[in-house]
Amino acid sequence: MTEAVRVEGLHKSFGSLEVLRGIDLTVEDHEVVGLIGASGSGKSTFLRCLDLLEPIDRGRVWVEGMEITAPDADVNLIRRRIAIVFQSFNLFPHMSVLGNITLAPMKVLGLDEGQARDRGTDLLERFGLGDKRDDYPDRLSGGQQQRVAIVRALAMGPDLLLLDEVTSALDPVLVAEVLDVIRDLAAGGMTMVIATHEMGFARDVANRVAFLEEGRILEEGPPEQMFSEPREEATRRFLDRIIAAGRM
Amino acid sequence: MALTSTVVFIAAIVIVAVSSPGWEEFSFKFLNVPELLESLPGVGRAFLVNIQLFLIAEVLVLILALGVAVLRSLPGPVFFPIRLLAAAYTDLFRGIPTVLVIYALGLGAPALQIQGVPKSPFFWAVVSLVLVYTAYVAEVYRAGIESVHESQVSAARSLGLTRWQSTRYVVLPQAVRRIIPPLLNDFLGLQKDTALVALVGVVEAFRQGQIDSSATFNFTPFLATAFYFVLITIPLARLIDWLVTRDRRRRQTGGIT
Repeated sequence: MTEAVRVEGLHKSFGSLEVLRGIDLTVEDHEVVGLIGASGSGKSTFLRCLDLLEPIDRGRVWVEGMEITAPDADVNLIRRRIAIVFQSFNLFPHMSVLGNITLAPMKVLGLDEGQARDRGTDLLERFGLGDKRDDYPDRLSGGQQQRVAIVRALAMGPDLLLLDEVTSALDPVLVAEVLDVIRDLAAGGMTMVIATHEMGFARDVANRVAFLEEGRILEEGPPEQMFSEPREEATRRFLDRIIAAGRM
Repeated sequence: MALTSTVVFIAAIVIVAVSSPGWEEFSFKFLNVPELLESLPGVGRAFLVNIQLFLIAEVLVLILALGVAVLRSLPGPVFFPIRLLAAAYTDLFRGIPTVLVIYALGLGAPALQIQGVPKSPFFWAVVSLVLVYTAYVAEVYRAGIESVHESQVSAARSLGLTRWQSTRYVVLPQAVRRIIPPLLNDFLGLQKDTALVALVGVVEAFRQGQIDSSATFNFTPFLATAFYFVLITIPLARLIDWLVTRDRRRRQTGGIT
């Protein structure tokens, strides 16, 4: 197996607030890593740093062997290979579903309109959204919007998919349809890093789970071990709180 | 009810005006129907100059203001001088009374007698209006750009679009939709301000009214001037109101299209 991601000593502060305090993590190709931890533990910031949406203060990151923290790294080239899906979908409201999906393949990858539309339509049909092709985002349910956002990310053919609490903004009844899509992608071998509050889902889909606390990865391991016999006291406390809240 | 109160209100004003001691002389000087009919065609032809002025100015303002707004939104310390320059320009030209800019350029620029610099007052009138209104409209554009949520830029950049592509395909199309009413409002002001260029010798509707008026010592020709301005500006004002209402309704229902 080759490395999809290697992170060494990643630090990130917002003003005087140190959000990430030295993260080390490797992700193998075709591996799915679940990031768990309380709100404010740095999960989102970590994912945004990996896509260079937040400037990295200190530390080094390689994606598919390419160092993205190198001073001469081509940010736009890196972002073509890494895709991120956000908690709040962030679809472009002035474009149809297909418009959302074809924009970057046309402008960034240089596909012509016909190719981009074919690729977009295929993906939409694969995820049961073929009939929503020409609708505008505000006509769709939250679950549909999030699935469109995932399709938009996939249309770029990324090597790595980052998912930032993609079900947190959804009604409970809509969560399943989005999780099914992600399960599907995991089965297809997509390399993913998933920040999530859905512990049951993390247990099912992740090959490895990492627990973040106060900007550090406190503990990582296979999900069976992490959820049944965590080594760290803090991990146990976190999981107990989750169970008490009925989220597992 | 609304109709009754309106009729009563207007009737009261008319009665007060008509029964005033100076009414007869006033109506002769300002509301003289034969004079009005006499000056309407000439003022109408002159108003075509106003139309030319604002149509040319509006197209230029639309393009240049967008440029200024984009320059002002450039991020990072490297672009600080450009941002500063753009900010200084918008502050200055929103601060100086339009009439002074028209005087300065309409009379000053030709007086320099520089080879190749046009002497036509019409040319300098357009330049003045464009300079002033580009400053206003640039601010409208900027407000529109800033109203598009940062997460839209994140989404665009994360897909590999460059900063410029994100602005061009994601931010601006959303911004422009939101700024159409305030933009048209500024154009309303621009259309009225075309009357100011009479001061530097352009014969347009206001100047023509003045000419007619001084020929007969009667002020009614200005009524003809007002008539043509209102003919253009009131429908535009109604259009703006309609767009604002439609926009509000759409936001309430969460629609987009």
